[in-house]
Amino acid sequence: MSDITKQSLTELVENIKNKKLSSTDVTKAFIDRSEKSEELNAYITNDFTSALDKAKKFDQKPNLNLKLPGIPMAVKDLFCTKDIKTTAGSKILNNFVPTYESTVTENIWNEGAILLGKLNCDEFAMGSSNETSFFGNVQSPIDKNLVPGGSSGGSASAVAGQLTPVTIGTDTGGSIRQPASFTGIVGLKPTYGSCSRYGIVAFASSLDQAGPMAQNVKDCALLHEVISSYDSKDSTSIDFKRNHYSKELTNNIKGKKIGIPKEYRVDGMPKEIEDLWQKGIQYVKDCGAETIDISLPNTSYALPTYYIVAPAEASSNLARYDGVKYGFRAKGENLIDMYEKTRSEGFGAEVQRRIMIGTYVLSSGYYDAYYLKAQKVRKLIKNDFDEAYKKVDAILTPSTPSSAFKIGEKTNDPVSMYLNDIFTVPVNLAGLPGISIPAGHDSKGYPLGLQIIGKAFDEQNILNIAYAMEEKINFKNKITDWWIK
Amino acid sequence: MSKKNSEYLINRKDNQYEVVIGLEVHAQVLSESKLFSTSATKFGAEPNTQVSLVDAAFPGMLPVINEFCVKQAIKTGIGLNAKINKRSVFDRKNYFYADLPQGYQISQFKDPIVGEGKVILDMPNGQKEVGIERLHLEQDAGKSIHDLDPQNTFVDLNRSGVALMEIVSKPDLRSPDEVNAYIKKLRSIMRYLGTCDGNMQEGSLRADVNVSVRPKGSKEFGTRCEIKNVNSIKFMQLAIEYEANRQVDLIEEGKTIDQETRLFDTKKNETRSMRSKEDAHDYRYFPDPDLLPLEVSEKFIEELKNDIPELPDDKKKRFIEEFKLSPYEANILVSDIDTAKYFEEVVAKMGKNKDIKLAVNWITGELFAVLNSKALEISQSPVSAKNFAILINLIKNGTISGKIAKTVFELMIDGDIDPQKIVEEKGLKQQSDPKALEALIDKIINDNREKAIEYKQGKEKLFGFFVGQAMKASGGKANPQLINEILKKKL
Amino acid sequence: MSIDLKTIKHISKLARISVDEQRAEKLAGDLNSIFKFIEKLNELKTDNVEPLTSIAETTLKLRSDEVKSKNIREQIIKNSPQDNEDYFVVPKVIE
Repeated sequence: MSDITKQSLTELVENIKNKKLSSTDVTKAFIDRSEKSEELNAYITNDFTSALDKAKKFDQKPNLNLKLPGIPMAVKDLFCTKDIKTTAGSKILNNFVPTYESTVTENIWNEGAILLGKLNCDEFAMGSSNETSFFGNVQSPIDKNLVPGGSSGGSASAVAGQLTPVTIGTDTGGSIRQPASFTGIVGLKPTYGSCSRYGIVAFASSLDQAGPMAQNVKDCALLHEVISSYDSKDSTSIDFKRNHYSKELTNNIKGKKIGIPKEYRVDGMPKEIEDLWQKGIQYVKDCGAETIDISLPNTSYALPTYYIVAPAEASSNLARYDGVKYGFRAKGENLIDMYEKTRSEGFGAEVQRRIMIGTYVLSSGYYDAYYLKAQKVRKLIKNDFDEAYKKVDAILTPSTPSSAFKIGEKTNDPVSMYLNDIFTVPVNLAGLPGISIPAGHDSKGYPLGLQIIGKAFDEQNILNIAYAMEEKINFKNKITDWWIK
Repeated sequence: MSKKNSEYLINRKDNQYEVVIGLEVHAQVLSESKLFSTSATKFGAEPNTQVSLVDAAFPGMLPVINEFCVKQAIKTGIGLNAKINKRSVFDRKNYFYADLPQGYQISQFKDPIVGEGKVILDMPNGQKEVGIERLHLEQDAGKSIHDLDPQNTFVDLNRSGVALMEIVSKPDLRSPDEVNAYIKKLRSIMRYLGTCDGNMQEGSLRADVNVSVRPKGSKEFGTRCEIKNVNSIKFMQLAIEYEANRQVDLIEEGKTIDQETRLFDTKKNETRSMRSKEDAHDYRYFPDPDLLPLEVSEKFIEELKNDIPELPDDKKKRFIEEFKLSPYEANILVSDIDTAKYFEEVVAKMGKNKDIKLAVNWITGELFAVLNSKALEISQSPVSAKNFAILINLIKNGTISGKIAKTVFELMIDGDIDPQKIVEEKGLKQQSDPKALEALIDKIINDNREKAIEYKQGKEKLFGFFVGQAMKASGGKANPQLINEILKKKL
Repeated sequence: MSIDLKTIKHISKLARISVDEQRAEKLAGDLNSIFKFIEKLNELKTDNVEPLTSIAETTLKLRSDEVKSKNIREQIIKNSPQDNEDYFVVPKVIE
């Protein structure tokens, strides 16, 4: 039984369908490992007891036609789950129990999966290292005191550490792809509008997307197929024909044109990253694809644009956490005093910092100079991609400008922390799909990822490219189980 | 245009001031469900029973727009002769308040759904055109209740998210009377369109009133003050009067007027400053990223145009032309849609040989008096249009006299009874048999021989006495015209 | 450009987050370094660029006017910090 948690989602599904494994076997195995993995601090809330009940119930009357039959799964604690505490990693929602389910998780349970628990994340998904969570740091399974990345740090840690077969995260500026890259797993940020935002605690509405995180590309494709749906409850959800991503997955990418954007060769980028990128270029060529040098001239403006747009939207999205309807409330002399104390005590430093930035850039006299300017630059960034996609089918870049860093290393310098997302942010600004796949290790043995960016709604294409590359790369994650005593 | 002598001016020693008023009217859209959520909009429900997860701003909840509210706004725009914008944008207006669960109100700031339009007012001195600046859709807030508990404020979110149309006028109004006429006209148009019930008691129609004053003849505007959330026409008028005088006093004393938001105290009939300046609001408007720009096609608008009923201005014109009514009469009948409906139904039911003038007189006279005394709307009239028409016809064809008709009418009120039945059962039919009346009159002249002689000697006043006696003797049923004729002959 | 303590105080009022002197100074420092980085956008001429209003390549869908959410007062009030069966309760509002 010990190897159950090492199996991929695809294998587990097959073994359950062939009755080689029961849902109870699988659920037990992941619960056992999760319980031994407290040191990772990947979970905020576990639901192990009822998960086991659900697994037993499933086994009594197994519906093997489902896509995720009896598969246990933990999810990022940004997804509202009915009757299960949902915190968004924040003190302000520390006691919040939704009476409703997010569309994305609903889709997952409808396909037979079972909730294991809620995974740690940066507070309101604002962070790149999982260090802003009210519930503490998450440890990377790669090494002690290493950040798993963020904001879906708990999710990355749980998948890489085999605490859950797969998971879902959310990605506003890189929050799926960067932690996937840091922990040696696969993470997909879908096209904006592909997955419903209904029931996901909002960070920045025009950037947020839920997406799958998995051990391999095929698992990722399968989970994406489950979570992506048109939802009339989300006005930004897009009604387009969705593929059977896992069934249509192919490693045949012959003749595909892959763009290599010169602007991603940034100053100070470690040679290891540059080498990895070159290796990636060779891999896609080996797969029969063609690489073409392209230019995305406004790339360097993406991060400043992001740090206007995202905080602006967040400052407004987080106004609802005021101590009135739910969540934490501080005692106050009067209404305003209550608001100010609740929000000061309920939000952590990074969230407060971003609310302040967002409030400032929207405030009277600064709107045009910042917010409007940013929306114009965002248009230029989108135009860059539109131009590029006239010549290429997808774009290949590194996922991050460096490998994972130590806990505490960047906490005192917000800008250097923000720079982590330099390669992922443009994708969110343009609403495009992007996938990070593990592609190698740095000198310390830490994983490094490559990112494939697609055209809007062209998830199948980047999944195929990732699938073909995965075969060539043959990446093996170095998980030593250091945290298990 | 108004004549000089009817201008509303504020006089001080040597100076005369003109008052400039603009209104921001908040009209609740008539719809089953809210603007961005599927909870109900009914008035008077138990607290917090019409609140969805979206209305209470739970984490992850998203707005989805109600098509009907969009149509209602466009229809209203058409009724205001306004430009309909095919593309409009919803913005967030950010501020904190206990009854604003999202911490922002979804409204339209830069790109409203309806642009410039106009409304015609019928003033005693003629017509006046008032410009409409814009109409936009927005969410209503909930209700804070401050008097249920000494330490706490209670919040009811039933109204939270209900669709409002904010209709902004140009600063074209010059007197409390014009404000009265303007509000009534807006209300009338929206009730015709079925886009707002206009019920001010229930808060379906409220206004922020912008007031400034300037020396008579001046072209420049003075500093304006905004009086927030006034919920009756009477209060609007009182607030304007108070505020205009306050501003004039400040000018006369050489002081400056602060541009500010004020509140109308309905107990003291005065306005007072609402917020201190350092707390001045900065709403940080920006396009709501949970919504996309609202785009409507030409076809969508055209279909709504075809759906627009005859509006008060057109109806009035038609009434004047078709029924030969005076503009005054026509105005009374069209200003409220239910009155117009009642009147038109009466006209239809009266059939071919109808007396429209008589019907109008009876509606504006007897019927209105009854409704007034019973505090009823015409839609709740105790006498149906059908029976009302029969009554008018009974008068018209001489079956009953106008006087008897009043008696009949009073009997009809209790249970909407067919007047023909009353006339028959009570034997109220007019006596028009000349022979019977002659006999009756002969007897009266006989009984009052002395008076008859006096009359013949020239005391003509006594004619009325004989008419009265004859009517009395007939129990009021005698045809007064015949009585007159016979008396003249006999005397 | 530099964000001073007065500005921090003003923004914190707007954002309804109380900030003491020490926090204010830290925030001023952080925000100044972040805005220095943001100022890079000034290099770009954007006078003739239409701002992006929505990234979703679709039009706003309209829903029909139906009441679907019924009375869920219990659910709505359940999570509120102060117990009351009918209302949300907040400290007295002072105008």
